[in-house]
Amino acid sequence: MDTSLSFKDKDGNIVTFDPERVRPYGDTMNDGKVQLSFTLPIKADETAKEAAKLYAMKMGIDEPSVVYMGEMSVGFSFFVVFGSCSHSVDITNIKVTKVESTTMSMEETDKFIKENIGRQLVIIGASTGTDAHTVGIDAIMNMKGYAGHFGLERYEMIDAYNLGSQVTNEEFIKKAVELNADALLVSQTVTQKNVHIQNMTNLIELLEAEGLRDRFIVCCGGPRISHELAKELGYDAGFGTGSYADDVASYIAEEIVRRNR
Amino acid sequence: MKSKLNLNQSLINKARTSAKNIANNVQSFIDEHTTVTVERAILRLFGVDGTDEIGTPLPNIVIDNLKKAGGLSTGIVYFMANAVLDTGLTPQEIAENIASGEIDITKISLKPESEIIAKGGEMAKEAIKKIKTNREKRDEYLKTIGEGPKPYIYVIVATGNIYEDIIQAQAAGRQGADVIAVIRTTGQSLLDYVPYGPTTEGFGGTYATQENFKLMRKALDEVGEEVGRYIRLCNYCSGLCMPEIAAMGALERLDVMLNDALYGILFRDINMQRTFVDQFFSRTINGFAGVIINTGEDNYLTTADAVEEAHTVLASQFMNEQFALKAGIPEKQMGIGHAFEMDPNIENGFLMELAQAQMAREIFPKAPLKYMPPTKFMTGNIFKGHLQDALFNIISIWTNQGIQLLGMMTEAIHTPFMADRALAIENAKYIFNNMRNIGDEVEFKENGMIQKRATEVLEKAAEMLLEIEEEGLFSIIEQGKFGGVKRSRTGGKGLDGVVKKDEKYQNPFILLMLNNGGRR
Repeated sequence: MDTSLSFKDKDGNIVTFDPERVRPYGDTMNDGKVQLSFTLPIKADETAKEAAKLYAMKMGIDEPSVVYMGEMSVGFSFFVVFGSCSHSVDITNIKVTKVESTTMSMEETDKFIKENIGRQLVIIGASTGTDAHTVGIDAIMNMKGYAGHFGLERYEMIDAYNLGSQVTNEEFIKKAVELNADALLVSQTVTQKNVHIQNMTNLIELLEAEGLRDRFIVCCGGPRISHELAKELGYDAGFGTGSYADDVASYIAEEIVRRNR
Repeated sequence: MKSKLNLNQSLINKARTSAKNIANNVQSFIDEHTTVTVERAILRLFGVDGTDEIGTPLPNIVIDNLKKAGGLSTGIVYFMANAVLDTGLTPQEIAENIASGEIDITKISLKPESEIIAKGGEMAKEAIKKIKTNREKRDEYLKTIGEGPKPYIYVIVATGNIYEDIIQAQAAGRQGADVIAVIRTTGQSLLDYVPYGPTTEGFGGTYATQENFKLMRKALDEVGEEVGRYIRLCNYCSGLCMPEIAAMGALERLDVMLNDALYGILFRDINMQRTFVDQFFSRTINGFAGVIINTGEDNYLTTADAVEEAHTVLASQFMNEQFALKAGIPEKQMGIGHAFEMDPNIENGFLMELAQAQMAREIFPKAPLKYMPPTKFMTGNIFKGHLQDALFNIISIWTNQGIQLLGMMTEAIHTPFMADRALAIENAKYIFNNMRNIGDEVEFKENGMIQKRATEVLEKAAEMLLEIEEEGLFSIIEQGKFGGVKRSRTGGKGLDGVVKKDEKYQNPFILLMLNNGGRR
C-alpha cells in the first residue's frame, strides 16, 4: 500500500492510509472488516448466537454479525462471524528479526562456495525427537526439492545427509561429529503442547555440554519456527513457512565466509 | 464392472503372478521365524495382561525371561501349555508368578509332548472364542442398525487424552463419520511394548492401549445406537508390536487397522526381517477378527513424487494384496491404500489422479480401497485447502473408493479442531450425495489422457514387480526403490527380537485362524 494514498470516500471526506493506525481492509479503507469462525461448547440456539456475538464484541469487533450457526454435536455450536475490528496497529515501529543473507540461486551458491570456501560443505539434517514427519526436511534436502526449488542434495558444492525422522539429539550430534559437518538442520513439523521447543532446546544444551556448539552452524525449520524463536533458543537461524533450500544454502555459505573472515 | 480404462488384463495377471512369487519368497522366511512380539501377542490372546509394580507389561516380562532362558525358539505356547498342565493355574496367574520370580517357566518338568500340543491347541481354541463373539457382535450391529454408504467417511481424533478423544469422536459420529481413527502418539511405533491402562497424555496422538480401545469402543457403540449407524473404530498395528496390537484390536472389537510392514521399514526404520514376520501374524489375527486392514502406500507419495513414482504405489498394492491373502484376509477386508498427492499446479493433474484411482478400483475390484487426502501440498491457506479436499472427494465418489480419509483444511497447521472435522464431513457428504452416480454415467475417451496414463502406470508397475521377483523384495528395499528410502536387511530397529523356530515350536493360532475362521 502506498503510504501517501488518500482519496475521497462516498461522503466526500478525505480518507488517508495511516501507517500508525493500520486496520484490516474489506472493501473500503480503514473499514476494519474481519471474518472469524469458532466453536462454543454450548447448544446451538438463540442464546448461543447471542453468546457468539458478545464474544466477538469482547474481541474488539463492533457490530458483529453472526452469519452462520451450525450444531456440531450435542452441546457444541459453530459460528461464522463478520464485523469491523476497532483495533489498529502502528507499523512504523515494528522490528522483525530476519535471517541476514541474500538468497542466491543454486548455481550462484555453488559458485560462491567454490570461490570463497573452495571445498564442499557438509550439511546434515533430520527431523529430531519424536517427530515422525519428514516432509519439511525432505523439501529442503532431497534431490528433487520442493515447488521448483532443488534440494541441497542437488548442489554440487554441498555434501548433504538427510537422516530422516525420529532421530535422537544424541544420535544427531554423533553423526555430525563423525561426518565433520559444517551445518546442522533440525526440522520440527508436527508438535503438540510445545514438545518441539523442549526438543530443540535439548539439542543446544547437549552441544554446549560437549563443547561443540561453536563448531557447527545450527539451523532449525518448520511451520512453527521463526528466526526470532530460533535465536531465542540458541540457534543461528530459523526458517519458517515459505523457505526453500536456496534460502538455507545461501545463508550457510555466507555465514561460513563471515565466520572465517 | 466394465473397464473404463481399457487396461490390459493379461498384464494385470502377469503383475499379480510376480507379486505372488515375491510374497511366496518372503513367506518362506516368515514361516521359519518368530519374534518377541509374536510370542507376546500369543500371551495376550491367552488373556495375559497387566503390569508389574514398575509398569513393565506382563507379556514383556514373560517373553524376556523366556528369551534369557534360551526358550524363545521353542515358543511360549509350548512352555505355557506345559506350565498350565503342571500347575493347574491360568496363564495370567503363571505370568504373575513369573513376574514375582516364583516360577521359571523353562524349568518346569516337561509333560509328554503330545499332551503339551493338545493342551496348547485347547487353550488357543478357548482364546479365539472371544474374538468370534466380537465378530458376531459387529455382524449383529451391521444387521440391526446398519452402516453408512461407501465411501466410508473416515476422520481422526488426536488430542492425546482418551477422554477428550471420546468427546471429539462422538461429535464426529454425530456429524456423519463412519470410521474414527485414534491417532497414536508419535513414537509409539518404536516402543517394543504396548503401554497399559487409560492414558491422558501424548504428543500428536493418544497411546494405543487395550483400555483406551475399550473406552473408545463403548463410546462409539453409544453414538452408533443413537444415530442408527455402526461406527467403526480404527487404530494402528504398524510398528514394533504389530501382532500384539492386532490381538488387542481383536479382543476389543476394532474394525479397521493400519497394517503394513513396508511402511514400518521405510518410514519408521523398523528392521525388515522383524516386521515381515510380525506382519504375518498380525494380519492373520486381523483377518480372523473381521478387521479391514489398511495399507500404507499413500506414504510413499509424501516423500517421492506422486506423478513419477505412481507405479511404486501400484506395485506395492499388488504385493500387499498377496501378503494379505497369505494371512487369510478376504478381499473385502483389504483396505489397500493410495493417495491424492500430486502437485496442484500440474496442468490436468486431476485427470492423472482420476486415472490412478480408477485403475486401483479396477485392479482390486472387491477391496475397500483406502484413499488418503492431500497433505504434502497443503499450504496453510485453508480456503484453497478446502477446495483441494473437494477435488479429492470428487475423485473418490467418481471411482467408488471404499474408505475416504477426509482431508482437513487445517492440514499442516494443527491436529483437527472439532469444527475442522465438521466442515470436512459436510464437504464430503455434499459431494458424495450430489455426484453419487457420476461413475455410472461417465466413461472415458478411448485412448485419451486418462486411459493412457493408467496404462503407463500399470506397465511400469508390472516391470518393477518383475524386477523385484528376480532380485527379491529385501534387496529392492535395500536399493531404495520404494519412497526413495533405503533400508538395510540387518539395520533398523528390532532385529534382536527375531529368532529361528526350532522343531518343537508351535503356534496353534495360525492354523485355527486360517482354517477355522468360519469365513463368510
